[in-house]
Amino acid sequence: MLDLIWLLPTFPLLGFLSLVLTSGRLPKPIVAAIGAGSVGLSFALAAMIAMTFLGSGEDYYIVETFTWMSVGSFTPGFSFYLDGLSLVMMLVITGVGFLIHVYATGYMDEDPGYSRFFSYMNLFVAAMLMLVLGDNLVLLYLGWEGVGLCSYLLIGFWYTKPENGYAARKAFVVTRVGDTSMAIGLFLLFAHFGTLNIQDLMHAAEIEWATGTNLPAIAALLLLGGAVGKSAQLPLQTWLPDAMAGPTPISALIHAATMVTAGVYLIARTHVLFELAPDVQILVAWIGLITLLMAGFTAMTQTDIKRILAFSTVSQIGYMFLGLGVGAWSASIFHLMTHAFFKALLFLGSGSVILAMHHEQDIFKMGALRKVLPISFASFMIGSLALTAFPFTSGFFSKDEILLAAIELEGVGFWLWLGGVVGAFFTGIYTFRLMFVVFFGENRGHHCEGEYGGWNMSVPLMILMVLSLVGGFIHIPVEAVFSHGEAHEEHHASLLIEGIMIAVPLIGIGIAYLFYGSKTLSVENLMASSLAKNLHKFWNSGWGMDWLYDRLFVFPFMWLARINAKDIVDQFYGLVVEINRAAHQMIVRSQTGYLRWYALSVATGLVLIITLGVLL
Amino acid sequence: MTTLFYLAGAIAVISTFAVIVQTNIVHALLYLILSLLSVAVVFYVLGAPFAAVLEAIVYAGAIMVLFLFVIMMLNLGQHTREQERGWLAARVFVAPAIMAAILLGQLLNVIGQLSHDVEVTRVGVFEVSALLFGPYVLAVELASILLLAGLVAAYHLAKK
Amino acid sequence: METIPIEHGLILAGILFALGLIGVLTRRNIVFVLMSLEIMLNASGLAFIVAAARWGHAEGQVMFLIILTLAAAEVAVGLGLIIQMFRKYQTVDINVLSEMKG
Repeated sequence: MLDLIWLLPTFPLLGFLSLVLTSGRLPKPIVAAIGAGSVGLSFALAAMIAMTFLGSGEDYYIVETFTWMSVGSFTPGFSFYLDGLSLVMMLVITGVGFLIHVYATGYMDEDPGYSRFFSYMNLFVAAMLMLVLGDNLVLLYLGWEGVGLCSYLLIGFWYTKPENGYAARKAFVVTRVGDTSMAIGLFLLFAHFGTLNIQDLMHAAEIEWATGTNLPAIAALLLLGGAVGKSAQLPLQTWLPDAMAGPTPISALIHAATMVTAGVYLIARTHVLFELAPDVQILVAWIGLITLLMAGFTAMTQTDIKRILAFSTVSQIGYMFLGLGVGAWSASIFHLMTHAFFKALLFLGSGSVILAMHHEQDIFKMGALRKVLPISFASFMIGSLALTAFPFTSGFFSKDEILLAAIELEGVGFWLWLGGVVGAFFTGIYTFRLMFVVFFGENRGHHCEGEYGGWNMSVPLMILMVLSLVGGFIHIPVEAVFSHGEAHEEHHASLLIEGIMIAVPLIGIGIAYLFYGSKTLSVENLMASSLAKNLHKFWNSGWGMDWLYDRLFVFPFMWLARINAKDIVDQFYGLVVEINRAAHQMIVRSQTGYLRWYALSVATGLVLIITLGVLL
Repeated sequence: MTTLFYLAGAIAVISTFAVIVQTNIVHALLYLILSLLSVAVVFYVLGAPFAAVLEAIVYAGAIMVLFLFVIMMLNLGQHTREQERGWLAARVFVAPAIMAAILLGQLLNVIGQLSHDVEVTRVGVFEVSALLFGPYVLAVELASILLLAGLVAAYHLAKK
Repeated sequence: METIPIEHGLILAGILFALGLIGVLTRRNIVFVLMSLEIMLNASGLAFIVAAARWGHAEGQVMFLIILTLAAAEVAVGLGLIIQMFRKYQTVDINVLSEMKG
């Protein structure tokens, strides 16, 4: 059974190939069957594999298929490595992916690019599975770039609008910065250990590198660069909110549930390296903390329903990074999983709302939707509760674990915990601001007929609702992966701390209610002062990061491109061309087209050669 | 015989010169036949009667008749003489003449180094045929294939 | 039989060859060009016969025979081309065939 693991990425890949080779000529039901069915098959197989694997009691299982390339001692293969971590990732990707595919069969129903959409989606799932199942970093990198490509293709899916193409390019270029850093990291690791097999690498690193020395720090930093790019963390977080230009199922699948968490997976997978570099590890925590706070502030000021969720995603991945940074590896992976459930739920719910509102995304043009859109309302309610870590929802358990791990860390642990709690407070505010504005109050003009789509959209929502509610009780089998690295096995938190962590999001919800639910407090009064206005503007722009990057990188580059429009290097080659052209012009005169001229040339040549023969 | 050699050689050179400066194409053709016949005489003097006979029959006979047919078909008669005269200005001879003179000078230079008076021995049809159908039978076959190819190509090219 | 200086036979061949070359280079009428080519081929045949006479062998005549065959085939093809050209351009001026000008 376990040897069939290579079939996991193969099914969606075959789906992609069959869809892309027929290029939209298949009827929609067949496209839907191939698109969703291939991922469904993968999920069924993944579930069976998971059962077999957990039943076998093994810590890991390796399936080698074939060698990809062979250059000297460098022989990365298409080999799959299954352990608790990749098992969880694989189930999340295929499971949540399958639900989103099913949802998308309804969501994309009226889109002319139906077949193209599912071919990209299938390719994405195949690449993502390759990423998490690969036993060497090269295969991981293949999947890493594959998902990046699919992300680009799907953000710019509606390519007729220039701004979508811009958003796609932005996502591609910004993540490319991180990918380059990661590639250099891979080179460094290969140069030192002569292998890119992850397990060999980790064992070798543990033996050869001492904790706290420079080399592991540099390697970990370079890998971290890749992780922050993919996972939209500071300082490469700017692409994710713009990535919402893609269709909503994409936002759910790629930009919330799976791809953006690849960075978390990468760090967890190479956690040995980060443990060897404690400074970098704590940097991961700080990056996570600062990102989650910044994204939290920004999410409070956004008005686009998908952008709010996007910033919330950035913020939640910040929590995962915080967890990674304090050594709570399994808690981070746990949060990754629960986040995949409730964020996919929220995005799919927002997709239903957007469709029902005829592609209106401004929350202040919605209102009182809870009666009209009961399923969307229910999914939003449950998703929001899980997101704000309402007790006994899935988000509560995972966030709890991360924060408890943080506070038990010596030294800066308290501050990290405090920051996380403040972030949870903001989470409560922005999440329920969204809830109250969209689903309560009075209707603000836009007409809405009711739920859009049939069972294929509502059933995935319901399954995700259940998962978001009870996902916290799932036990993820990752102890064996992090056995020696886990910082905290059992948390002994005081009641006070537990109480604070439960109460703070509730206070946030309460404040959101006062402002947006009961209107006891007025946003207008708050916004009266110029300081508040400027702060609002600042936060709304994502802390001016786009502005800063424009000034720092984009404008100088554009300036350079403009003054160097006629490429200097090109000029040199242009000169070569000109010389050749001049020589050609000279020689071409000898080609008169007259036969007798050619005969004379031949005779002249004959005379010259004989002369040479006589003279020499 | 020696006298005959020089006489025939002189006629060959003169008539050949006449060919290349002639404006009337039929006259030129007749001069060419004359030249070929005198070369045939040279062959005979040099003891190659078979070659001489072939020169007269095939070259001066068959091939020249071909030329004549074509000239008749193209109807290149009197009216082209003015045109030829216009084309045959003295200056167009300068460069080719210089080139040919240099080439000839070089040939003469090389030839001048050989000096050998030969007692002409007669090599008749028998010896040539013995060679042709002995060691050179393959060459004969190749020549026949070449002729066949020429025939097919000429037929195809001249077709409307 | 009297003796003949071998170099004189070769000189005759050289002169005929040079005259043929002048003809090829000078004439614009393509029929004349073809005739001049015949002169050149004939001159080379003469050189073979002279060489054969020098050694008293029959091989030179065999070579002449092959040259003769070559000349016949060449004339046949060349005249076919001339007819085709005349059909197309209504002229025997070789300079009209200069479309390959660079």
